[in-house]
Amino acid sequence: MINNRFFGRRRTETSRPLPPGQYLEDGFPVLSAGPTPNVDTATWDFTIEIEGDTVGTWKWNSLNALHQTDLRTDIHCVTKWTKHDTDWRGVTIDTLLADAGIEPPTGFVMASCDGGYTTNLPAADVIDGKGLLVHTYDGKPLAPEHGGPVRLLIPHLYLWKSAKWIRSLKFMEHDVPGFWERYGYHMYGDPWREQRYTND
Amino acid sequence: MKIEKATGWQIATVTSVHDESPRVKLFQLELPVETKFRAGQFFDIRLTAPDGYQAQRSYSITSSPDQTNSIELAIEHIRDGEVSSYFHEVVEAGSLIEVRGPFGGHFTWSPSFRKPILLIGGGSGIAPLMSMLRHRASTGGNSPALLMFSVRQEDDVLFKSELEQMARDDDKFNLIITLTRLAADHSEPFAGRATRRIDRTMIDSTVATLGGTPARAYVCGGSNFVEAIGNQLADIGLPYEEIRTERFGP
Ligand SMILES: Cc1cc2nc3c(=O)[nH]c(=O)nc-3n(C[C@H](O)[C@H](O)[C@H](O)COP(=O)(O)OP(=O)(O)OC[C@H]3O[C@@H](n4cnc5c(N)ncnc54)[C@H](O)[C@@H]3O)c2cc1C
Repeated sequence: MINNRFFGRRRTETSRPLPPGQYLEDGFPVLSAGPTPNVDTATWDFTIEIEGDTVGTWKWNSLNALHQTDLRTDIHCVTKWTKHDTDWRGVTIDTLLADAGIEPPTGFVMASCDGGYTTNLPAADVIDGKGLLVHTYDGKPLAPEHGGPVRLLIPHLYLWKSAKWIRSLKFMEHDVPGFWERYGYHMYGDPWREQRYTND
Repeated sequence: MKIEKATGWQIATVTSVHDESPRVKLFQLELPVETKFRAGQFFDIRLTAPDGYQAQRSYSITSSPDQTNSIELAIEHIRDGEVSSYFHEVVEAGSLIEVRGPFGGHFTWSPSFRKPILLIGGGSGIAPLMSMLRHRASTGGNSPALLMFSVRQEDDVLFKSELEQMARDDDKFNLIITLTRLAADHSEPFAGRATRRIDRTMIDSTVATLGGTPARAYVCGGSNFVEAIGNQLADIGLPYEEIRTERFGP
């Protein structure tokens, strides 16, 4: 349906196309279901579990001692904005798994956070360089409202999958909906297929 | 938790447009498909240009879920905003608009939640809170509710007469309107009025009218507003999962 006299004033000449229904944003808006939790790096830790068994735990210092990866990528929020060329530094999930001495798991994974937020992903979408724990944005420590000290980053999916204030990844055999997924958001969330809501 | 099935696009007809304040217009949209929703949810709007270019944005429903074949939206005019400018400059009664919804499920209130609630809105952030208050009123809700509504100046107070009427009719509903562009007065809010940004003192003194710490808070507005209020509510001891937030913009 064409809207009379609508021409679109935010069309941007971009080197790359935008996912459907997205617009280009220069700022970095915040989206969270609740307030920003207070996370202290002195007590922070991160755990990987496979089928209920803890296979690795890292403190702030041990995370920083691992091989660090720099990533420049585009990010896409389900609230319709896309931001190009964001710079992140952190540790790939591959590096964490290798440090724990385990083979990349299959199936699905649930990310859990301070504040109780959760989100589900296929295991294949966090390995092979696709997923990182990031602590630095644009050369500076990641701000609390953007998920600092440490958030998950899965840039090829809508940003609600890149869980802020992350504390654990729990690998599991079957897919289970996380926080927003239970409220009608898509189980996978591919921006290029515009998988915003459950039936998209 | 009840899961609502996401619906597809439908073509709504704008039945009326009303200037609610210098920057906010209210739009009544008639829906061809009867659509149930919960107070606090939003719709997505999609505009299409002749060459196929599209823009989508989300808008909270301000009307009560009692009506299922029409919704009201309160849209603030954002300078150079792609979608809000179109609504303010072009949309009129009779315009057709593609919409789909409802969406969102965490930022919702239903009458079955009988404990005291605190609603805090900044500017157009009143939108989803208005749906909650209208629903509470129409279902005869007698659980205590307090609305703190922060706007720049007097003529930015949306739904003013309706809110003031609600406050007169219902002694379990308290309304505090605070104007942030007037010279700040640091006394306690008097007769439902204050003239400064919502701060910890204001929250403490007004929350006392709820008869204890609220069981849940809903905070909606611009991102900085929501961030600041969210932190203050955590400080007064509201459990993290009972501080529900909706951010409209940067
Ligand atoms: C769940 C949800 C519910 C929402 N409900 C409502 C609602 O009920 N009423 C309402 O008016 N808006 C609401 N919004 C905001 C709305 O979706 C749009 O973001 C807003 O109307 C601006 O869109 P635009 O196309 O006019 O401006 P754009 O072209 O997207 O933006 C123009 C410029 O203004 C900035 N900007 C965007 N939004 C704002 C803002 N709110 N304040 C200041 N600057 C801004 C942008 O960063 C950009 O630089 C809601 C947003 C969400 C995510």
